Amino acid sequence: MNRKLLAALTFAVLALFLLSLLTGVADVGPIRSLKALFWGGEGPLDIVMREIRLPRAILAVMVGGSLGLAGAAMQGLLRNPLAEPGVIGISAAAALGAVLALQTGLAATVPLALPGAALLGALLGVGAILFLAGAGGGTLALILAGIALSALASALTALVLNLSPNPFAAHDIVFWMMGSLADTSFTQVAVAAPVMALGWLLLARSAHGLEALTLGEEAAASMGVNLRRLRLAITLGTAAAVGAATAVAGTVGFVGLVVPHVLRPLVGANPARLLPASALGGALLVLAADIAVRKVLPGQDLKLGVLMALVGAPVFFHLIWRMRGAA
Amino acid sequence: MWASVRSSSLAFMLAAGLAASVPAWAEPAPARVVSINLCTDQLAMLLAAPGQLRSVTMLARDPSVSVLAELAQGYKVNHGKAEEIYLDRPDLVLAGRYTAQTTVNMLRDLGIRVEIFEPAQSFADLRADILQMGQVLGRDRAAAEIVAAFDTRLAQLQAKQPEGPRPVAATWSARGYMSGSQSLAAEIISTAGYDHLAERLGRKGGSFLPLEALVLADPDLVIEGHSRAGHARSEEVLAHPALHVLTGRKAAVQTPDWVCGLPAVLDAVEGLRTGQEGAQ
Amino acid sequence: MTDLVLENLSVLRGKRRVLQQTNLHLHPGEFVGLIGPNGAGKSTLLRAALGLVGAEGHSSLARLSPAVRARIAAWLPQAREIAWPMPVIDLVALAQNGRRDAPQVQAALARMDVAHLAERPATALSGGEQARVLMARALAQDTPILLADEPIAGLDPAHQIACMKLFAARAAEGRVVMASLHDLGLAARFCARIVVLDHGQIVADGAPEKVLTPDLLGRVFGIHCHIATVEGGLVLHPLESCNHLTWKEGSDAG
Repeated sequence: MNRKLLAALTFAVLALFLLSLLTGVADVGPIRSLKALFWGGEGPLDIVMREIRLPRAILAVMVGGSLGLAGAAMQGLLRNPLAEPGVIGISAAAALGAVLALQTGLAATVPLALPGAALLGALLGVGAILFLAGAGGGTLALILAGIALSALASALTALVLNLSPNPFAAHDIVFWMMGSLADTSFTQVAVAAPVMALGWLLLARSAHGLEALTLGEEAAASMGVNLRRLRLAITLGTAAAVGAATAVAGTVGFVGLVVPHVLRPLVGANPARLLPASALGGALLVLAADIAVRKVLPGQDLKLGVLMALVGAPVFFHLIWRMRGAA
Repeated sequence: MWASVRSSSLAFMLAAGLAASVPAWAEPAPARVVSINLCTDQLAMLLAAPGQLRSVTMLARDPSVSVLAELAQGYKVNHGKAEEIYLDRPDLVLAGRYTAQTTVNMLRDLGIRVEIFEPAQSFADLRADILQMGQVLGRDRAAAEIVAAFDTRLAQLQAKQPEGPRPVAATWSARGYMSGSQSLAAEIISTAGYDHLAERLGRKGGSFLPLEALVLADPDLVIEGHSRAGHARSEEVLAHPALHVLTGRKAAVQTPDWVCGLPAVLDAVEGLRTGQEGAQ
Repeated sequence: MTDLVLENLSVLRGKRRVLQQTNLHLHPGEFVGLIGPNGAGKSTLLRAALGLVGAEGHSSLARLSPAVRARIAAWLPQAREIAWPMPVIDLVALAQNGRRDAPQVQAALARMDVAHLAERPATALSGGEQARVLMARALAQDTPILLADEPIAGLDPAHQIACMKLFAARAAEGRVVMASLHDLGLAARFCARIVVLDHGQIVADGAPEKVLTPDLLGRVFGIHCHIATVEGGLVLHPLESCNHLTWKEGSDAG
C-alpha cells in the first residue's frame, strides 16, 4: 500500500510540475511551450520556458519537499501534530537570518552565506523552541513558545528592513512573511540545493529513530536509538531544509502541518513512512499553490502564504479542536 | 488622462491666480519657505531668491534621486514632520500632492500657508509646476525664463528626431514596475525617439509587468530603475538571468533626471539618444 | 547468558541522593521483584541500571552503546506512551526493525493475548490493552535481560496473573527479569527473589519468605499483612496500615 501511495504522489507531482511549466501570463499552447523548453534557442518564448518557468517549478518542488519533510520530522520528534516550522516560528527565525545576510551584504560576497545564515537563524529558532517547550513537546508550551518566537523574529526582520537605505526594502517585509516563488531563477536553485540536500539527508537518516520515538524517549533509547544524535540530526536537518527554503521563497507556512496531517492515516501513522510521503505531498501542495496564485491573479504577485494560510488555518483549527476533545 | 487634467488645471490655475489671489498679490513674497517634498525641493532651489528657502528634505541631498544634490548641501534639511517644520516658523510650506495628508492638515491648522504641487506626469505639467513655483515664491520672471529655455532646448531635440521605424523601450524597476503611457517617463522616452511598451500594451497608468511578459514583449531597450543603496529582494528581479539574455546589449539605467518634473528631463532624453547611438 | 551487575550505583537529583551506593547482582533464570513504597527509587534504580539517567558507579548495561544494549536488555517504561495511531503489529514490530513477520513479533502478540488486535490502531485500545501491547513490544525484543517498571499496573486480575506467570517463564528460559511491583501478594507468589528499596537504599534482598517479614513490611511500607503458605507458595495480603503512616513528600517520584 505504501509503495502505491508513493507512486501515486510521484505521478501527481510530475503532472503538476508539467502544469506549472504551462502556467504563466503568456498564453501559449502546451505543445509550443514544451518544444521551446526542450529544443528552444534564444527566442523570447525559449527564454521564458527555460529561464523563468523551469527554475520556478523546480524550486516549488524543492521548497515544498523540504517543508513537508521538515514538518513530518518535527512532529515526529516532538510527538505533536501541531509542531510545524512555520507555526512555531522557525521559518520566521530563518527569514531573519536571511534578511541579515542580505542587508549586511554578506550574501553578495560569501558563497552560500544566504542559506547559511537562514540555516543559522532556523537553528537558533529550533533551539529556542526545544529549550522553551521541552523535548516532550507539550502542546500549550509549544504553541506559546512558537508565538513568542514568531513575534520576535518577525519584528526584528521588519526592523532590519526598515533600517535599510534601500527604499524598496520595507516592501520586502510582505515577501519574508508571506513567501513567493515569483521571478525566481536557477541562481536561487543553486543557492538552495546544497543546503537543502544536507537537510534531506539528515532527516532521511532519522526515519528509524522517529519510528521508535512513537513509544516515548526511554523506550526508543532502549530499542537502540541514540537520542542525542537523533535530536541533533533532526534539529540540524530541519534548520537546513527550512532555512534554505525560506532563504529563496520567504516564509511559506502550514505546508508541514497540512501535508503530514492528510497523509498520516494513509501510511498507518508510521512516522518513518510519513517522511517520504510528506516530502512528495509538500512538493505537490506548493506546486499546486504556486499554480493557483498565477491563475487567480495573473500578472500580480499574490503571495503563496496567503493561499497556504487559507488552506492551512482550517486544518490547524481542526487539530486544536480534536486535541481539546482528547484532553 | 493626466495630461489633459493637468493642462486644463494649468489654465484654471493661471486664471485663479489672476483673479482669486489678488490679496496674495498685495502681500510681499514669502521670506521663510520650507519644502517637504523632493520635487518641490528642487523646483524651489532652482527658483528661490537668496535666503528665501529655509530648508529642503533629506532626500534632496541624495544623489541617487536628486538632480540638485550638491546644491542641497547648502541648505538645512528637514524630515517632513510637522513639529520640526512648525518650530522653524515658516511663512510658506511647499508640499507635493502625495505628501502625508496629516502633516499638511496639521500645518494648516497651525495657521501656516501650505502650497500643494501636482506631480508632473508630462512636460506640460512640468511647465505648470515651474510657473506655479515662480508665482508662490514671487519669482514669476525667473520661472518664465526657465520655461522658455526648456522649450528652446526641447524644440532643438525634437528637430533632431532619428529617422526610420521607432524602436520600443520600457522602463522596468523593483517588482517589475513599469511607468504608464501617460507619464513623465513616457514623454522622455517618446521624445528620445522610442515607442513606450506601455503604450503598445495599452497601460496608461503605472503598473507591474511580470518578467515573463517583459521577456515575451522583447523590447529593444529596457530602462532599469535601480536604487544604489542597500539591498531589496524586490529589486532582485532586475538581475534575473532571463533579463540578461534578452537585454544584454541594450540596457540603460534610470537616473535622477527621471524622478521629478525639472528641466533635467531633457538630460534624460539626451542620455537615451546617445546610449542608443552607442549601442548601434 | 548474561548477568546484570550493579556496583556502587548512585544517582543524584539536584543535591539529593535518590539512589545510594547500590550493589546488585542478578543471574540468568531469576525473576526479581523490585518493591518499595512510592519515592523509594525503584524507577531510578531501573533507569540507572540501563544508563538512561546519569549515575555514579558501575552498571554492566550503562556502558554499552544504545544499539548493543538494545540486543541485551529490553525496557518497559512506566509511562505508557503511544504518540501516533499506529497499528498494534507495527508497534510490536518496532522491536525487530519493523519486520511484521518476524517470529518474535508473532510470538509476543500471541503471548500477550493481543494477536486479534494486530491491525487496530493502538491509540484506540483500552488502557489495559495498550499495556499488553507495549509489553509485547518489550518481549519481541527477545533479549537476555528484561527490565519492567510497574508492568502489571492497570491490568485486570487475570491478565496480572498471566503476566506474572509469563515473566517467571521468561526467567525460567535462562533470562534475567526484574520488575518493579506494588502488588506485594503477586510479588510474593511469583517472584523467585525480592529486592526491597527504601529511601534509595536496598534494605532487603532474598527469597520472598525470608524478606517479606511482618517486621520489614511494618518498617518499610507501614502496613500489617496476613502472611501464610499455601500449596508451597507464599500468600501475603495487606490488612491495615500502621497508624503512624504519613504521606511522604514527592511520593510520585516512583
